[in-house]
This record gives sequence, structure tokens and C-alpha cells, in this order.
Amino acid sequence: MDVIVPILTAAVRSGTPILYATLGEILTERSGVLNLGIEGLMLMGAFSGFIVTHTTGNPWLGVAAAFIVGVAVATIHAFLCVTIGANQVVSGLAITMFGTGASSLLGRGMIGETVGGFARIPLPFLSKIPVLGPVLFDHDPLVYFSYILVAFLTWFIFYTRPGLNLRAVGESPKVVDAMGLNSARLRYFYTLAGGGLASVGGAYMSLAYTKMWGDGMTAGRGWIAIALVIFAIWHPARAVLGAYLFGGVGAMQLRIQAAGTSFPAPLLMMMPYLLTIIVLVIISIQKGRGILLGSPGSLGVPYSREERG
Amino acid sequence: MKKYLLAFLCLTLVMGSTIALAFGPVAAKDLKAGFVYVGPVGDGGWTYMHDLGRLDMEKAFPGMESFFVESVPEGPDSVRVMETFIRNGAKLVFATSFGYMDFVQDVAAKNPDVIFMHCSGYKRADNVGTYFGRMYQARYLSGLIAGKMSKSNIIGFVAANPIPEVIRGINAFTLGAQKTNPDVKVKVVWLFSWFDPAKEKEATLALIDAGADVIAMHADSGAAPQTAEEAGVYVVGYNNDMSRYAPTKHLTAPVWNWGMVYKHIAGQVIDGTWKTSDIWWGLKEDFVGLAPVSNAVPEDIVALVNSEKEKIISGNWDVFSGPVKNQKGEIVIKNGDRMSDGDMLGMNWFVMGVEGDIPK
Repeated sequence: MDVIVPILTAAVRSGTPILYATLGEILTERSGVLNLGIEGLMLMGAFSGFIVTHTTGNPWLGVAAAFIVGVAVATIHAFLCVTIGANQVVSGLAITMFGTGASSLLGRGMIGETVGGFARIPLPFLSKIPVLGPVLFDHDPLVYFSYILVAFLTWFIFYTRPGLNLRAVGESPKVVDAMGLNSARLRYFYTLAGGGLASVGGAYMSLAYTKMWGDGMTAGRGWIAIALVIFAIWHPARAVLGAYLFGGVGAMQLRIQAAGTSFPAPLLMMMPYLLTIIVLVIISIQKGRGILLGSPGSLGVPYSREERG
Repeated sequence: MKKYLLAFLCLTLVMGSTIALAFGPVAAKDLKAGFVYVGPVGDGGWTYMHDLGRLDMEKAFPGMESFFVESVPEGPDSVRVMETFIRNGAKLVFATSFGYMDFVQDVAAKNPDVIFMHCSGYKRADNVGTYFGRMYQARYLSGLIAGKMSKSNIIGFVAANPIPEVIRGINAFTLGAQKTNPDVKVKVVWLFSWFDPAKEKEATLALIDAGADVIAMHADSGAAPQTAEEAGVYVVGYNNDMSRYAPTKHLTAPVWNWGMVYKHIAGQVIDGTWKTSDIWWGLKEDFVGLAPVSNAVPEDIVALVNSEKEKIISGNWDVFSGPVKNQKGEIVIKNGDRMSDGDMLGMNWFVMGVEGDIPK
């Protein structure tokens, strides 16, 4: 247990930024919009959260700022993909480049600065539970909030009317339009919400995980989140599993090294990606067999009401 | 005979004057220098320190102009960047990472009137010089302090990538630590990345959980010092003074002073005295050094650091002077021998006292 608990704790800690981003991308993709701009959104969130916290001293304001900036940047993506019907892959990549560049440029003056950020707050009673206590209930508030968010999104997507509409617009915007709902407006809403969440994931990196800003500090976690959406098969609860698995494997390989064993670290690092590919293969094989596995039917396909045939 | 002599004289004169023309003195206001950076200026580490050096140089020669392109991949893209510099009038080009080596050679061959300085490489030409610092000397000094401050006799080392530069630093650090504490072990964790603050934090925590009570590092962010401060263990930074990340636990840090070498090179170019050479300076020239040492370090250790520094500066002794043993306990450098610079640049083995592998 002495070995396992720190690894699991680290898994939750390092999985949380990826979890926020994955939840955001699940919302966006469920509505039928692919957003490859997650890495850029996370960096914008990390930077804006940091600068606001640095100025005001309040990390909650930082998180709020990161969410707003994420929504703003995602608006560009939504405009290009939903209103104009541009290629979603190209637009997403442009968002990543924009976020990487803009955060780097604007963040010049913040190099070497630190903030107080979020402190660890062990939850009373809960953190005393053996194993589960330190693993789940001895973190900063953003980690606890992610638990609530997962439960909420699972309920929202699968057990509510708006959730049904969200899933429907991802499957067939034409049908949703026929139902009298506005497909474009729904897609806008979930692209913006998803962008905001990804940005909060970035803010976790600069306010809770490490309390500093560094150029490109998300180091590719946005891309992992996009892979995790597939791993989770567009389900928030499975995203938790995936995010902690990725985080846990990363923490484990460092601890294996520290313990002095000569297990090849890159082999271990490969495992989550391998699992993602296996899931992808299974989804592809099962496609069209009436199983609830698989991507939203209209994912990545632009929809225009005028062209309805 | 006289005719030949005359012709020969003319020829040498012509050739001599072209060479003199190429690298003759230039006024500071006419000198433009271009810098190729491997990372973003905002990395707070390697590229950031180079850029401080560049600004230092500009300040030293009023009127001189310099420009840079950051995050240039170590591939054919660097050729394009260097050629753009030259088109914009640069007569001096600095390439600040190892991987630019062959591309510098290509561009330099096509532009014999432009001076190139390549950091950390080994290929030179008439218009290509190389420069690097003996960071291992400063690492050795920081090791003396870390060894003394460890009570658990385990020091954790957060290391970026398994290349000779990093391995040399770990070895020098370990030799220093063992001089003040023969029982100390240095545990190494590889990140396989130069800049990933979150991963640097996890590696630091892993080492602390494995018993380390002093952390040293070779990575580009301040995440390891910040984590050490939170966990209450001592830390040795790198690149620059990292005490702002660990106000109470920062012992010292081996630091770069790129400004002095950039000022030196620009000065030579302006005076017209520049000739191709291999600059590999260390403590003696003040190219590398230690950040201010914490008050927590006992007086006698500070005195030892100073006397070891003097010993290295005197040139009679260097860090990799025998006897030095490898991890298996075999003597690699014999008593009385000193490791050659070439061997040091290709170092791919750990000294005794290091716990960890070098991934192949």
C-alpha cells in the first residue's frame, strides 16, 4: 500500500487537467463539432488564469478568467465551423497554433513569476478513509470540482432533455432542425462550453499543479485529451478512467525509475496510447451493428440549414 | 624568376586583402548579429538565458543590432532562418543548440564573409567557431554543498534527457557530493523532455518518496525547486538563480553567464581580431558559476567550495581527474590521469555513487 497510494494520488493529480479538457471535448464532439484546438485552448487558459491570479491574488478569479478566455477563443472555432461551414480539422489546428503563439507572446513578462494558487485542502472525515481518502480526498478544490462535473455531465447528457438534444444534434442536425430546434445554436453553445472547460484544464496546470507560467507548459496534454475522447467512447465517466490511467502511468514510470529498477520507461508510457488504438479498432469493427459504441454520426460534418435536401 | 616572384607577391596580397576584408574591423553600429534559438525565449531556462546574454551584448556595444528567431527546429528549417539573417545584413550568426551543427556548416560554406558561432558543437571552419561552457565544474561545486546537506544520504536528480551533457553534469555533481559525504547516493529519474513543469514536479515527488532529502535538477523550468519547497526538502537549481521558486530551501544553483561570451565574441568581431576557435570556458573565465549560496550551508562548506573553485581555476586539477570509478567499481580514469575534453563531450557512463540507468 505504501507504494500504491502515492501512485494513485499522483494519477488523480496529473489526470485532472486532462480530465477537464476531455470533458470539454466530449461536449463539443457530442454536438458534432470536432475541435483539435484543445492544446491551444489549454495554453490560453494556463496563461490567462495565471496572469489574473498573479494580478488579483485570487485563483478563483483566475479560473473564471480562463473559462471566459476559453469561451472567447472557441467562438472563433464555432464561427468558422458552424456559421461558415469551414473544415473543422483545419480550423482546430489553427486554434492550437493561435493559442500556442498568443500565450507565448503575451506571457513574456510572466516568466519566472509564481503565484499562491490553489492549496491542498484535505476534506474532513473523507480524507481519513484508508487508501481512498488520500487518493481521492486530499487534493485542491479544482480536483473536487471535477468529480462533481463528471457526475453532472453524465446525468445531463444521458438523463435530461437538453442532453438528448445534444446527442441528437451530433447524430443528425437535420432531424433536430425538423424538431423545431436550432442546430447551429446548439452546436455553438457546446463548442463554447467545451472550449471553456479545456481552458480551465489549462488553468489547473498553472494554478494548482505547478504555480507558475511557462511557455508551452501543457506539453501536449491537449492532444492526449483528444485521444482520450475516443478511449472514453464519448462518455464522461469513462473519461475519468482514461485520464487517471494516463496520469497514473506517467507517475508510475517516474517512480519505477526512482526505485532503481531498470524497467524501460518508454514501454510503459506507450500503454495508454496502445489501449486507445485498441478501442478505436473495436469501435470501427462494431460500427453499424446497432451498438451504442462509436462516434456521434455527424461528427466533423458541417451542416447548413439551407442545403437541407 | 622575378616575374614569378612578383606574380606570387601580387597573389598573396590579393588573397590577404580579401581575407582581411572579410573579417576586418567593423563599427559597432554596422554590426548585425542573428541568433537561432531552439526553444521559446519564454522557457525561463536555456533559451531565456541565451537571450539575456544577447541583450547584455547589445548593451555593451551601443548601436549594434541583433535579432533572433525562437523555437527553430534542429533541421533544415534552421538553414532558412540563417539565410534570412544574412539577407537582412547579419555578419555574425549564433546557433545556440547542438543539432544545428551540420546546417551551420552548409550555410557557412556558402557565405564565407559571414562569421558563425555554434554552441556545443565540434565542427569548425575558417568562418565557423564553437563555444560552450564547462558547466560540470559548477555542478561539482554544487555537489559539495548538496552532499553535506543530505541527512538521509540520498540525493534525487531530476534529469531531462540522457545525452552526454546531462550525464557529465550528474557525474560531476555526484563526485562533489561524495567528497563531502562518502556514503551519499544520487538517484536519477529521467524525464525524456526538456520542459514539462508538471512532469518535473511528479519526478521530484517520486524522488522525495524514495528517500531523497536534497533535490538537484537538469531541466528547464522551476517546477522542481517549487515542489521541493512545498515538501520541505533542500534543492539545487539550474540555469539561473531559482531561489524565487524555493525561497527557504534553495541551496544554490550552477548558472550560465552567456553575456560574457557573447560580449567577447562581438568585441573580437568589431576589433577585427576574430579567428575561428573552440571556446570551452569554465569557472576561470566566469562563464559558469554558482548562484548565491543559502545561509543554511555551514561556513566550512562554503570555504571548501571556494578552495575547490580556486583549485579548478588554477588548472592543476579538474573534476574528472583520476582516480574515478564507474558504477561497477572499475577504474575508468587512472590516478594521475585527466579525462580529455573529447572524452568528456561523449561521456556515456555513470560514476560510482549514481543510482540509475542510462537508457540506450
